[in-house]
Amino acid sequence: MGEKILMKGNEVIAEAALRAGCRHYFGYPITPQTEIAHYFAKKMPQYGGTFIQAESEVAAMNMVYGAASAGARVMTSSSSPGISLKQEAISYAACAELPAVIVNIMRAGPGLGGILAAQSDYFQATKGGGHGDYRMVVLAPSSVQELYELVVEAFNIADRYRTLCMIMGDGMLGQMMEAVEFKDKEDIYQADKSWAVTGTEMKRDHNIITSIYIDPEVLEKHNLKLQEKYRKIAENETRVEAYNCDGADVIVAAYGTVARIIKNVIKTAEKEGIKVGLIRPITLWPFPAAAFEKYAEVPQAFLTVEMSSGQMVEDVRLAVNGKRPVHFLGRMGGMIPTQKEILEKIREILK
Amino acid sequence: MRETQMHYCPGCTHGIVHRLIAEVIDELGVEGKTIGVSPVGCAYNNYLYFNCDMVQAAHGRAPAVATGIKRVHPDNVVFTYQGDGDLAAIGTAEIIHAANRGEKITTIFINNAIYGMTSGQMAPTTLIGQVTTTSPFGRKPELHGYPLNVCEMLSTLKGAAYVERVSMHDIKNIRNAKNAIKKAFKVQIAGLGFSIVEVLSSCPTNWGTDPVNALKWIGEKMIPQYPLGNFKGKDLEV
Amino acid sequence: MAQTDMIFAGFGGQGIQAAGKLIAYAGILEDKHVSFLPSYGPEMRGGTSNCHVIVSDEPIGSPILNSAAVVMAMNRPSMDKFESYLEPGGILIYDSSLVNREPARKDIKAFGIPATQIASDMGNLAFANIILLGKLIKETGVVSAGSFESGLRKVLPERKHHLIPDEMKALRIGMDY
Ligand SMILES: Cc1ncc(C[n+]2csc(CCOP(=O)(O)OP(=O)(O)O)c2C)c(N)n1
Ligand code: SF4
Ligand SMILES: [Mg+2]
Repeated sequence: MGEKILMKGNEVIAEAALRAGCRHYFGYPITPQTEIAHYFAKKMPQYGGTFIQAESEVAAMNMVYGAASAGARVMTSSSSPGISLKQEAISYAACAELPAVIVNIMRAGPGLGGILAAQSDYFQATKGGGHGDYRMVVLAPSSVQELYELVVEAFNIADRYRTLCMIMGDGMLGQMMEAVEFKDKEDIYQADKSWAVTGTEMKRDHNIITSIYIDPEVLEKHNLKLQEKYRKIAENETRVEAYNCDGADVIVAAYGTVARIIKNVIKTAEKEGIKVGLIRPITLWPFPAAAFEKYAEVPQAFLTVEMSSGQMVEDVRLAVNGKRPVHFLGRMGGMIPTQKEILEKIREILK
Repeated sequence: MRETQMHYCPGCTHGIVHRLIAEVIDELGVEGKTIGVSPVGCAYNNYLYFNCDMVQAAHGRAPAVATGIKRVHPDNVVFTYQGDGDLAAIGTAEIIHAANRGEKITTIFINNAIYGMTSGQMAPTTLIGQVTTTSPFGRKPELHGYPLNVCEMLSTLKGAAYVERVSMHDIKNIRNAKNAIKKAFKVQIAGLGFSIVEVLSSCPTNWGTDPVNALKWIGEKMIPQYPLGNFKGKDLEV
Repeated sequence: MAQTDMIFAGFGGQGIQAAGKLIAYAGILEDKHVSFLPSYGPEMRGGTSNCHVIVSDEPIGSPILNSAAVVMAMNRPSMDKFESYLEPGGILIYDSSLVNREPARKDIKAFGIPATQIASDMGNLAFANIILLGKLIKETGVVSAGSFESGLRKVLPERKHHLIPDEMKALRIGMDY
């Protein structure tokens, strides 16, 4: 480990990608994640890599499609409206089994919405924002240090399974500065990319990257293969933090920056003699249902807190499966739930 | 124009262009049947400043939105107001096809050689050598390609009836700009096809300069790359 | 557990973000946990700028503050907005050259320093924020002057290191005011 330095979340994303061996970045400016591109613009030349400001998010994601087909570690980033534009190529890349990392520093929607922090793209990311039966791994860091670690991990997961991997943060995480400690050397998974298009050099049969399967039997078979891959990912890559849950009166489910607010609530509630637990999904897909099953009968009730109208709460309800009531508290539009209102909600639930 | 304080930075010429458009609409007496389309860019909420009906469009899609409006209300006057990121990057397909269809709308295109709203990234119109937050070592043709001359490109399309480039860097040019905007609206009203006025405009904030030097920069640096004048429809009688 | 919640606010260009970062950096050098959250986007074009800074002995929960123990206000709108964020007993430090009113709250400790005036007398307006930081460090003890100086060395590029003695002089003026 090196020394601790103060860095902005967005810059850490770019730095982590460089450390993970990413030398190709394609993006289009959008607040609140523009610093990612600014950082690459400055640093990429030093690494002999490519930074392109594409003409649109549609183009950027298709550039990712091309670079991933060619076997590179590649990344794009955007914020909510821009992520919507990437959905077509995301679906294509999922079908073609291309490894790549996509960063979404979420802002409030729908539409052009606002530029402040939100978590309203949970459905889009975890249930398939594009068409077809596909999944992508969705990682939700809650601190700048974890952001660094998960970006590196995202590249490894992407390569290990030939899958898309999304980092979901929000404007707060992208803009905030915290201390980060980089490792001297990253663990980089070395994937066999013999499937990539590199030119046959007349030495092998041609490689094809495609997402079209006209024959329904063949397409179904391909879908079954994808589903088997997703099952394996769910088995091996589900990540969650369960904190203070044993004997808790209420267990709160929250991810990303909201989970940090809950940690403050836990301390304050303790002073009132209320034990609050936290289950923080680190992978939003695969969803850590097992953690909820494990604690399903511990608290009097669950409470999901999100910066949305209630998206992850649906997965929490499925996992708790009626064993306890699952309440919800959400703020939208860039408003951030306060400790005070969360604590009031907890008191009300316990009444 | 509505009596509200505009939100632009000191020395930004977006506000002047708004005033010219509003004056033209007044002088033509078409306020009641004009519908404007706002872009995504620093002018995203210029719907607050115009008295006519306004629609806010997604980034780059204003010409498509305007097409929809115009086909529903062919007798209304429809205009889009777009920046160079909006029109010349993400919205290239929409503007080319609106022009090529000869869509009877008017586009006011603000070329400030930068993405203003998102803090100074390179635009397709950024000059060679110009330093921006995404071209920190200056725009290099071998990496970033060349400045995009929109008027020259659109004037090759049959559907484009009136194409003119003007500038905001001094009073005389501002006066010319108003004449061009007026003519563009008249071309639309006469049903002659698509009309566009490109306006060389300042962004002192992201050019890292003061308002006075920003105007000088337009005159000295931008005009050589973006020559002023009419590219099509000069002789149209309207 | 010691945690200091601070809000810095003023016009863009007054060095508000720099002030917050310097305190955060000094905190890191004292092996504390820190977070720094700036305001961003068009909000800043309106000319106001603020940041939330937390320095703590323990891992930090929320980086966003609904209240603060310390507010440093460099203009009137900032004081109008953030005075109410102060917890009872909290510390308000403001630039009395630019804020033309007394604090309204009676349950806080307020320190007005004509920082812009002093900085202008020193020949460099850019020291105003440092002067106020001097008072902040003195009254809160959130970080030491020594760590502040080491922080400056980290944050400033080499070519600006010759300014450090003057910056430290400005800090001391604030501390002794
Ligand atoms: C789909 C999408 N991508 C990106 C953005 C972010 N964005 C907002 S304004 C803008 C660029 C504006 O630049 P320009 O069109 O040149 O207008 P200016 O601000 O310079 O007037 C961008 C990229 C967005 N809102 N939506
Ligand atoms: S950023 Fe540039 S284009 Fe936007 S309002 Fe300011 S000066 Fe005008
Ligand atoms: Mg522009």
